Amino acid sequence: MSIASDPMTGIPAAEVEDVELYHPHSWITKYVFSQDAKVIGIQYSLTATAIGLVALVLSWLMRLQLGFPGVFDFITPAEYYQFITMHGMIMVVYLLTALFLGGFGNYLIPLMVGARDMVFPYANMLSYWIYLLAVLILAASFFAPGGPTGAGWTLYPPQSILTGTPGGQDWGILLMLSSLMLFIIGFTMGGLNYVVTVLQARTRGMTLMRMPLTVWSIFTATVMALLAFPALFVSCVMLMLDRLLGTSFFMPALVEMGQRLNHEGGSPLLFQHLFWFFGHPEVYIVALPAFGIVSDLISTHARRNIFGYRQMVWAIIIIGALSFVVWAHHMYVSGMNPYFGFFFATTTLIIAVPTAIKVYNWLLTLWRGDIHLTIPMLFALAFIVTFVNGGLTGLFLGNVVVDVPLSDTMFVVAHFHMVMGVAPIFVIFGAIYHWYPKITGRMLNEAMGRFHFWVSFLGAYLIFFPMHYIGLLGVPRRYHEIGEAAFVPASAHDLNAFITVMALIVGFAQMVFLFNLAWSLRHGREAGPNPWNATTLEWQTPETPPGHGNWGKAMPVVYRWAYDYSVPGAARDFIPQNEPPRGPAG
Amino acid sequence: MPVAIALIAVAVGSILFHLLSPWWWTPIASNWTYIDDTLIVTFWITGVVFTAVVLFMSYCVLRFRHRPGHKAEHEPENKKLEWWLTIGTAVGVAAMLAPGLIVWQRFITVPPDATEIEIVGQQWQWSYRLPGRDGRLGTVNVRFVGPENPLGIDPADPSGQDDVIVEGGELQLPIGRPVHVRLRAVDVLHNFYVPEFRAKMDMVPGQVTSFWLTPTRTGTFEAICAELCGLGHAVMRARVVVAEPPDYEAWLEQQPTFVRRLAAAQ
Repeated sequence: MSIASDPMTGIPAAEVEDVELYHPHSWITKYVFSQDAKVIGIQYSLTATAIGLVALVLSWLMRLQLGFPGVFDFITPAEYYQFITMHGMIMVVYLLTALFLGGFGNYLIPLMVGARDMVFPYANMLSYWIYLLAVLILAASFFAPGGPTGAGWTLYPPQSILTGTPGGQDWGILLMLSSLMLFIIGFTMGGLNYVVTVLQARTRGMTLMRMPLTVWSIFTATVMALLAFPALFVSCVMLMLDRLLGTSFFMPALVEMGQRLNHEGGSPLLFQHLFWFFGHPEVYIVALPAFGIVSDLISTHARRNIFGYRQMVWAIIIIGALSFVVWAHHMYVSGMNPYFGFFFATTTLIIAVPTAIKVYNWLLTLWRGDIHLTIPMLFALAFIVTFVNGGLTGLFLGNVVVDVPLSDTMFVVAHFHMVMGVAPIFVIFGAIYHWYPKITGRMLNEAMGRFHFWVSFLGAYLIFFPMHYIGLLGVPRRYHEIGEAAFVPASAHDLNAFITVMALIVGFAQMVFLFNLAWSLRHGREAGPNPWNATTLEWQTPETPPGHGNWGKAMPVVYRWAYDYSVPGAARDFIPQNEPPRGPAG
Repeated sequence: MPVAIALIAVAVGSILFHLLSPWWWTPIASNWTYIDDTLIVTFWITGVVFTAVVLFMSYCVLRFRHRPGHKAEHEPENKKLEWWLTIGTAVGVAAMLAPGLIVWQRFITVPPDATEIEIVGQQWQWSYRLPGRDGRLGTVNVRFVGPENPLGIDPADPSGQDDVIVEGGELQLPIGRPVHVRLRAVDVLHNFYVPEFRAKMDMVPGQVTSFWLTPTRTGTFEAICAELCGLGHAVMRARVVVAEPPDYEAWLEQQPTFVRRLAAAQ
């Protein structure tokens, strides 16, 4: 018996009365200090995009230095390291995590599970404002004495708090650590909301195994983040104590520039273990929402049920669980006990299996589909290409002995940009083209969208695919300038210049995208309530954009899973989740 | 249609780039050809998978793109196919993991006849310590670090007296003899990396790490720091010379020992 044909008999009666929402009285409480998850989601998204733009500009500056060393005198080594550090931290935490969970999570969870709002709207509002404060503190470090920290986004002690590193003995590292702690506090308030809303506030008939994969993946990623972020939080606290009070959590006895410091007995490796206990799940905190959202994009735009829904749900959960026991694959050459290598290489390669299953199921959803090559579908295809590419190079780096020569080279940079930079960003783009009509009531401009897709897809691939080979030569990452080295042929410098030019072109395409977002707000084609003929609940709201409380007077009732596309015998090629089954009378 | 062509171009272009581009690793100069072999096997397996996935996508886009009257097939699950794909993937992954773990076992098993040498990283230069006639390195502690004793050798330890100390210069290694490289850092993390040797390991203040190799090719190689260590990270470089044993012995004779250094300082 398939899930889709399961006849819905006897939806349980509502267990609780419909909730009374907080009613905003003024423009300020409606759009600024708003408790509406949709507004909070948009606030999160706009803030993340704004700080993400800063990180994008930083990437241009560092690429200019790498592509044309010596030409841009104003980029000193100190500034270069500050650029890479801030670029990495902003992109991973303040852009991707905030956008997927704070942005898409807030906007989509209540709508997709049929709730009126998040269960704790006030905490949800606080979550955004604390996030904004974290972003402002981070941005402030650009103007602090000594500038932002240049310790690399991994912030490894001892160097991150010593004088040889920009911001190590100035404000930079302190502002970074404070900002991260605030981010985690803010995230926890939002994260508890997402989890409790999914578990407790689903509408009648919305069983767990009827939820869209978008919700499953954001839910799982949130649970992971709630478990992983505390490890980062405590390492921030300890590093700050080491820096300010002279404790020795991470600081052994050492001699810096001829001076014996007062630290004694701490372990730099302890920080690395804590950092990656957070840091590896973090990769999947970003990747899982991308997996879920792209599943829904592919299914909707290929007009076909997602293939192997139950397997997809289990794969999400298994990946989430396994991602907590693979962290030390970031540390194969860190000097930890080498026997850990056996364990972590094995767990790391095991996680490739559920991940590969997800890829197969996306491909099998395309197979025998009715593929509409809309912009969301184009970005979904680009996601599969870049994600598979980056996932496969992960098999090099995860396989402990193969990692030894490649570790800390540009190969690693190319790998993680492909798999957790470019691929999830493509899903974000696809998702924005997909849901913008619901959020604003208008379609994004098609011509600008196609331009944005082609330049971003081909350009990003041309940036990061050749970069692997620079790493294979032995060129290390985090080098302000590789300069003359016997193992670097002159042609590699030309390749570096080419990559820089591509990066600037791809960057320009993002400006077109941002212009499109603004332009279509006024000039886009009217979308109507359900322009993609999608099944999920957010497209069935009485108003577009949905009003406060989402559903008007009557809550939706769910009779089927989210993937009733092209059901044989149905009048249309989709059946919304809240459409009742046809009774015996017809 | 342009999408299907672009996907094919990505797959074919990636293969051509891999085969034809001039950017490939430098010829190996150590015994770690196993690492290269495992890497080549991984390239083959992943290359085939990547090409297959992308070509399959482009086929789907061509064959199943939306046309008037075309309808998707409704097929929620296919248990048998799902199981076969899972098992097939697990076998492929095991095929890459198993040789990788075997080579890792070799990588971390130091041969008993390996000569111990020491490389010490500090912002932003390398120092080396080689055992003197007794073939043993003396004990060290950061407490002893000073202008005359940059590596912190225990002055009371007899086996440290004849240790050869090379500060900031080049390191020589004899060809064909296994070397156990002990790594220490004085201040922050560093990583001594010679691309031609393939092997590398972080240096961590407060502990001793290590790797081993047997140089297999004479010549001069460049060593670079491969763990971010602050402002001078990119200039922290050195030369490693792999020499025939007689040349190596002659070089070693010229280097100052610890006891001679102390005497010169006083």
